[in-house]
Amino acid sequence: MATTERDALGRDAVRVRRVVTRLRAADAHPVIRPRIQPGADTVVEFRGVSKLYGPGGIGLERATFAVNRREMVFLVGATGSGKSTIMRLLIKELEPTEGTIRVAGRSLEEIERKKVPYYRRNVGVVFQDFKLLPTRTVYDNIAYALQVTGASRKQIRATLPDILHMTGLSTKLHNYPHQLSGGEQQRVAVARAFAGHPPLLLADEPTGNLDPETSIGIMQLLYRINRAGTTVIVASHDNEMVDRMRRRVIELRRGRIVRDEASGLYGSREENTGELGERLRAEARP
Amino acid sequence: MRRVHGLMKPAFFLKEATRSMRRNAVPSFAALASVLVTTLVLGVFIPVVQATNGAANDIRSRVLVDVDLNPSATNAEVARVKSELQGAAHVKSVQFVSKQEGYEQERKLNPQAFALVGYNPLPDIFRLTPTNPNESGALRAELDQSSPPGVRVVTDPAIVDVQNRQAQTNTILSATRTIKLTMALLAGLLVFASVLLISNTIRLSLFSRRREVEVMKLVGATDWFIRWPFVLEGLFLGALGGAGAIGLLALAKITLVDPLANTFKLISQPNMIDFRLLVIILMASAIGVSAAGSGLSLRRFLRV
Repeated sequence: MATTERDALGRDAVRVRRVVTRLRAADAHPVIRPRIQPGADTVVEFRGVSKLYGPGGIGLERATFAVNRREMVFLVGATGSGKSTIMRLLIKELEPTEGTIRVAGRSLEEIERKKVPYYRRNVGVVFQDFKLLPTRTVYDNIAYALQVTGASRKQIRATLPDILHMTGLSTKLHNYPHQLSGGEQQRVAVARAFAGHPPLLLADEPTGNLDPETSIGIMQLLYRINRAGTTVIVASHDNEMVDRMRRRVIELRRGRIVRDEASGLYGSREENTGELGERLRAEARP
Repeated sequence: MRRVHGLMKPAFFLKEATRSMRRNAVPSFAALASVLVTTLVLGVFIPVVQATNGAANDIRSRVLVDVDLNPSATNAEVARVKSELQGAAHVKSVQFVSKQEGYEQERKLNPQAFALVGYNPLPDIFRLTPTNPNESGALRAELDQSSPPGVRVVTDPAIVDVQNRQAQTNTILSATRTIKLTMALLAGLLVFASVLLISNTIRLSLFSRRREVEVMKLVGATDWFIRWPFVLEGLFLGALGGAGAIGLLALAKITLVDPLANTFKLISQPNMIDFRLLVIILMASAIGVSAAGSGLSLRRFLRV
């Protein structure tokens, strides 16, 4: 625990220095180019990444940031601010117009098209619209993520119960997506994203279609996954919820990073998932 | 990460394919029906084209050049002319038709006229079949002594005249050419329509599943992992549609065509395609087109 705190402090110091550097740079030069020193702990690194959609359409402009192992980061901003662009760049659905993206030290540019599926197996993704396979049961939806990796039926049978238990879906095994509530569908999506125990999990507006109470459940789930050691990046426009999570926040506006606040600034201690849920509910009440 | 090649899990892919067909019964049935109809049409059309072409070729082979011999030619001269003709260019075969044989043939065609004439006006002739019907003119020029200078001419005092029945030949050639061209055009159109029909059906059924494909890609499925079930499905539906069409064709052949074959020359063409060969061609194309079509049409949706 002490080690973690020291690590966190060290990271925070780096981050504060980074913000200061950036502010100074912004004064001197319109382009924000903070120095980042990616260490062995860096999972995601964006270096001067821009994405243009046709002439005039800016998805992302010279974004530079790094996410460390076991970190939980929130991307906030209005629609069109570039949150989803970052997500889509990270799963290599889009290619950056300029700049380099590194995941676990490896430049995404170097991954050829044929190898993309193998890369994606190491990145779990959750979407606002769940993106479940409508013709498969809960069990088959989650199992598919393992089947693509070549897992045998035996291996899948051994792995799935844990994930189903963790996501609270044990009783819904044989239901089809349309027989589930929105919250349950999103749980299936999270379970599928986490089935292969990827080191990185991305969630793009995971609570966008859900009511506040259900959203808390999903956030708890992501929090638990993060505490289990997975780096989690969540895009959300629900600022209140993000603030209550007391985690690092990167705010985007029209494709630019305008704020990068470390979780340490909130001065929170490590909560367990239950405590987080209680606090989220308490703070949600007016 | 352990990498598993797509081919290593045939049982899984087979299960996926049957599942998908059960789940998408309507598009699957549409695909099957379009394969069946197309194969059926193709199965009728191939023999028809064959028979028509055969008939056209048969007629074209009747384009002949007659070499009239001097009535006073001796046997030795006739033999000499024969060997000269056999050696000439453009000649496929040489047939001797004696005065008497010619008379019998012509009298059968036009008995009244010959009754009027009362005697045999015909000379002994050599009937030449040109190697290519289109070359009958050249062949005639080669043999005819009144040809323009510069043409190599086979001359023999025993040859009186060379005829290729100009008007008749031209009619036969142009008519059969039209028939052959029309058939080729129709066949091309039909193949084009079939390919459009099948690819459209496949595309429609895939379009309804494009989201599914997108999700599979996001989870990290390789292209072939997604493609194999589709290809198997296409293979299976193609085989089923092809088999259905062949069943119907066999039924039609046994009940309609075979009884008529004895009566109609067109049907009993000796060069008509063998039914077994037809079955193999149809089956192979039905399966091939639908499997390849499924696999290829998917390519568009795999670009995620």
